[in-house]
Amino acid sequence: MTLRRIATLALAAVIPAAAQNAVPRTPDGHPDFSGVWTNKNITPFERPRELAGKEFFTPQEAAQYEKTHQFNVDDREGIKGTDADVTSAYNTFWWDPGTHVAKTRRTSVVIDPPDGRIPALTQERQKQLREVAEVRRRRCEKPGCELENNGQPGPADGPEDRPLMERCLSFNNAAPMVHSAYNNNYEIVQTPGFVGIDVEMVHQMRRIPIDGSPHLPANVREWVGDSRGHWEGDTLVIDTTNFNDQTSFHGSDQNLHLIERLTRLDADTILYRFTVDDPTAFTKPWTGEIPFVKSDGLLYEYACHEGNEGMRGILSAARADEKKAAQASK
Amino acid sequence: MSAALPVKWLVVAVACAATLFAQSSAATLPRTADGKPDLNGIWQAMNTADWDLQAHGSEPGPVSSLGAIGAIPPGEGLVEGGAIPYLPTAAAQQKENRKHRWTADPEIKCFMPGVPRATYLPYPFQIVQGGNTILMTYAYAGAVRTIRMGNPAKSPSDTWMGWSVGHWDGDTLVVDVTSFNDQTWFDRAGDFHSDALHVIERYTPRGPDILDYEATIEDPKVFSRPWKISMPLYRHVEKNAHLLEYQCIPYAEDVLYGNLRHRQGGSK
Repeated sequence: MTLRRIATLALAAVIPAAAQNAVPRTPDGHPDFSGVWTNKNITPFERPRELAGKEFFTPQEAAQYEKTHQFNVDDREGIKGTDADVTSAYNTFWWDPGTHVAKTRRTSVVIDPPDGRIPALTQERQKQLREVAEVRRRRCEKPGCELENNGQPGPADGPEDRPLMERCLSFNNAAPMVHSAYNNNYEIVQTPGFVGIDVEMVHQMRRIPIDGSPHLPANVREWVGDSRGHWEGDTLVIDTTNFNDQTSFHGSDQNLHLIERLTRLDADTILYRFTVDDPTAFTKPWTGEIPFVKSDGLLYEYACHEGNEGMRGILSAARADEKKAAQASK
Repeated sequence: MSAALPVKWLVVAVACAATLFAQSSAATLPRTADGKPDLNGIWQAMNTADWDLQAHGSEPGPVSSLGAIGAIPPGEGLVEGGAIPYLPTAAAQQKENRKHRWTADPEIKCFMPGVPRATYLPYPFQIVQGGNTILMTYAYAGAVRTIRMGNPAKSPSDTWMGWSVGHWDGDTLVVDVTSFNDQTWFDRAGDFHSDALHVIERYTPRGPDILDYEATIEDPKVFSRPWKISMPLYRHVEKNAHLLEYQCIPYAEDVLYGNLRHRQGGSK
């Protein structure tokens, strides 16, 4: 509650009164969020230590940051011939993370706590995650482990061992809607009692009734959670629960209660705020902010699972490693 | 003369009643703010078309231990004229598909179902109707289509769910769907198409809770002429009806990658 009040106050400070009146509206009088939007930006998720105490970049600092933090993966000289060169063999044709910091010029996506850093995980959650990591590490003392996107080897006995991204199940772009390396596009279609958001990344779909209906029964769990919306003045508030125990956002668990707030600042911008409230995972709730910018592009079909040759390659490589090790030990 | 008069009046009365009924039906149809029929909601076909678009009797299923829940239920055909007009070579391919249907059907693999199959899968789908854009979101495989109203943009590549461009023909939503790949099937019986598939769908409200659905299917590489299926779609009128997510990838991974698993009794 206190958190919500802080968020509302801070929001009032960034929206000029004139802009609030200029937003397009639906026939029933609500701000109209319809359209194609992108949230790509290169603002750091957490505030870097060297920017401690600094909430916003000046325009000059933003330009300097953009100059020195371009995402350049075409320069692969240093890793040629290594496993890393093969496991992440995409170039800038594939990657599309953006080239600018968020237009708010904030120095981090995380805006609360005010230091721009994600609060500590609870002792219990830390222990749980350590145990999971330890089991995976121990399993990788034998052959048959493959590099994951974070560069660490992970078991590959079957598809279930692999990260959700490799299985085309989730890229953590949908709930909350946070940008990543590519496909940072969203199409919003708004009707009087419902908002649908098509998330281009692995075509996840947010279905948000705005009709006072209750959440699904607690035993029904979904990959993008169960979302219900309501209006607080001109802000669309989306309340999401019922996440399954497979997805995790920066350490969250299935008790995640996600509160998202969409406010249309002007013709080109939605201010998107999300609060991660998960008392079993985090020592306190925290909030992030990303401006969504109107795009004149279209969304395209991302058939990830249908073309998942990567999974076949990963599992085949692991089996080949095992075979090689077995032959060597003979 | 005296006998003819009542008949004549009866005809007029019936005609008037019919006109009134048609008007009141059109008038009571829920409409969006821009005056189009309001198709928003959750819809589902009530038939066995996904088992076989053509008329079929019941049959045993592939897993006998599942007994009655694993068998194939019967169904009346939905193809206008009865039979799908395959070209001779395509007819042979369909037979081959059918022979291998328990391994080859893309539905088993949780692949996006294509159009029109998405409409009559045994799962609901939801229409989210904006002015310029209509989203159709399907429970199965999280499949989704964007129907762009009157947008001349072309698809940059082949797709699973097609490239959908819509327009209104009176109270009928007409969707022209192209740019398919050749990977989806029409049903579990092996009915198929090529990448030359062109589907024209028509969604016509019969009232607030029933849509008449028609799909005209053209594919000169596979069929000797265009053919048509039609069926009603029913609205989910339950209180708080909500489209649940049927994310089927985890259930298909064993089918797709089982042969690449770490072997049992190995060095695990």
